[in-house]
Amino acid sequence: MADRRPIYLMSPALAWLTAFMVVPCLLILVLGFFRRGIYGGIEYTFTLENMALVFDPLYAGIFLKSAVIAGLAASIAVVIGYAAAYAIASMPARRQPILLFFAVLPFWSNYLVRTYAWIVLLNREGLIVALARYLGFEGELPSMLYTESAVVVGLVYNYLPFVILACYAPLSRLNTEIVEASRDLGASGWTTFRRITLPMTVPGIATGFVFVFVLSIGNFVTPALLGGGQFQMIGNLVYAQFLTANDWPFGAALSMVLIAIMMGLLTLQTFATERASGARRVEG
Amino acid sequence: MADRSTQRLMLLIIAAVFAFLYLPISVLFALSFNEGGLPTAWTGFSVKWYGELLANNDILQAAFNTLIVAVASTIVATLLGTLLAIGVEIRRRNGRFLETIIFAPMIIPDIVLAIALLSFFSMLDVRMGLHTIIVSHVVFNLAFVCSVVRARLKTFDWSIVEASADLGATTVTTLRRIVIPVLTPAVVAGALLAFTLSVDEFIIAFFTAGAGRESITLPMQIFAMIRFGVTPEINALSTIVMTISVIALALSQRLNRGGIPGQ
Repeated sequence: MADRRPIYLMSPALAWLTAFMVVPCLLILVLGFFRRGIYGGIEYTFTLENMALVFDPLYAGIFLKSAVIAGLAASIAVVIGYAAAYAIASMPARRQPILLFFAVLPFWSNYLVRTYAWIVLLNREGLIVALARYLGFEGELPSMLYTESAVVVGLVYNYLPFVILACYAPLSRLNTEIVEASRDLGASGWTTFRRITLPMTVPGIATGFVFVFVLSIGNFVTPALLGGGQFQMIGNLVYAQFLTANDWPFGAALSMVLIAIMMGLLTLQTFATERASGARRVEG
Repeated sequence: MADRSTQRLMLLIIAAVFAFLYLPISVLFALSFNEGGLPTAWTGFSVKWYGELLANNDILQAAFNTLIVAVASTIVATLLGTLLAIGVEIRRRNGRFLETIIFAPMIIPDIVLAIALLSFFSMLDVRMGLHTIIVSHVVFNLAFVCSVVRARLKTFDWSIVEASADLGATTVTTLRRIVIPVLTPAVVAGALLAFTLSVDEFIIAFFTAGAGRESITLPMQIFAMIRFGVTPEINALSTIVMTISVIALALSQRLNRGGIPGQ
C-alpha cells in the first residue's frame, strides 16, 4: 500500500518548480526555433536559421574563446583548490572544519562585490600599480584591468572556494591505511600520491572542474566588469540578444548550445564519479 | 606520518590561499574607512562614506526593495522547501527524475534561468517588477532550504514517528511534538541561507525586474555604480553587504550544527 501523504507535502514546491523552472526552460528550447519578428518580437514560424547562425564563424569563435577562458579558469582553480584541500585535509582533524568554513565563506557572499574588489586592485590608479610605484617601478605599466587575464583571475577567485570544498570531500574520506601501506611497501611520497591519492580523489577534481567551467562559460558579470566593454563571452552575447539587440530567438538558440555543453559535461562528471566509486568497490 | 618540511609546506599553502581569498576583500573594507577615498593614499579614518550612502535616495530605495524581495522569497521558499524535504524523505524511494528536478535550481547557471523566466513572463504578458523577482528567487531558494532540511532529516530516526503513531498520536501531534522541534534549527538555517542568497542575487533579479527604476535591487544598483568606476561609496556599500552576508551565514552554520533539542 503506497502512502500518498508525501505527495501532498511535495506538491506545492513541485508545482512551483514546474511552473517557474521547467516550463520556462522548455520555452527556451522552443523559442530558438522561431523567427524573429520585424519589431523585435517573435514570429511563430519554424526556422533553423538561429541554429545555423550559432555555428557561423563569428559566433562559433566567441564560443571557442569562452571555452578557452572557462577551461583556463577551471584548470587553475582545480590546481590551487586541490592543493588547498590537500593541505587542509593534512591538518589535525579538529582544525579542519573551521579552516574549511573560512575557505568556503567567501563563496556565499556577494559575487559582484568580490569581482569589484579586483577592479580596486587592478585599475590604473589601483593598489597594485601604487605598490609597484612604491617599490620603485617607473615607466609605463601594462594595463591589467580589462584584459583576458583579469577575467580569468576574477573567475578563479570567485569559484575557488567551491573547488576546495569539492576536492576536500574525497581527500578527507581517503583511507589513510592504504596510503600508509603504500609508504611501508617502499613507494615514495610522489608515487603514493600519483598511484593512490590522486586516482581516489578524481571525483572531487571532476566536480570542481566541471562546476567552474560551466559557471564560467556562461558568465556575463565577470567579463562585463573585468573584461571591459570590448570583450565578449557567450554570456554577454546572450545578455545582449535579450536586453539590447532584442533578438530573443537567437538568444535562445545560443542558450540552447550553452545548456547542451553544460549537460554534456555534467553527465561526464557523473560518469567519472560513478566509475571512481565502482573502482573503489572492486579494490576494497 | 608527515615530516616537518611537508607540514611547513602545507601551512604555507593554506596561508597563501587564505591570503588570496581574503586580501582583496580586506582592501575594500579598509578603503571604505579611508577619509580621502583614494586607494593610493591613506588620509585618516572616517565613516563619512557611510554617511554619504544614507543620504543617497537611490541606494536607500534599492536597499528597501532588496529587503522586500529577500523577506518575501525567504518566507515562501522556507515553507515550500521544508514541506518538500519532509515529503521526499518520507517517501525515501525517489526516482532520478524527481531528484534532478529538486537539485536543478542549485546548478542551473543563473543566466539560463534568468532568460528563461524573462521569456516566460513576457510571453504571458506579466508586468514585471518586485513580484516577479520574488517568484523567481523562490525557485532557487526553495531548493537550498530543501537540501539543508533534508540533510537534517537523513540523520533523523523515523522509528520515533512510527512509535508516536503506534502510541495513538495524531499526525498533527506527531508533527508538532516531534518533527517540528527536530527540524527547527535546520529550517531556520535554511531560511538564513535563502535570505543571503536573495540579498546577493543579481542576474535573475536583473532580468526579471522589468524596466524602470522602481524595482531596482541593491545588487543591480551596485552593478550600475561599478560600471562607472571605483568610488568610495561603493567600497562602503560593499562592506555593508558583505558584513550582512557573513553574519547571516555564520548564524546559519551555527544553527545547522546544533544537536537535536531535548536530547
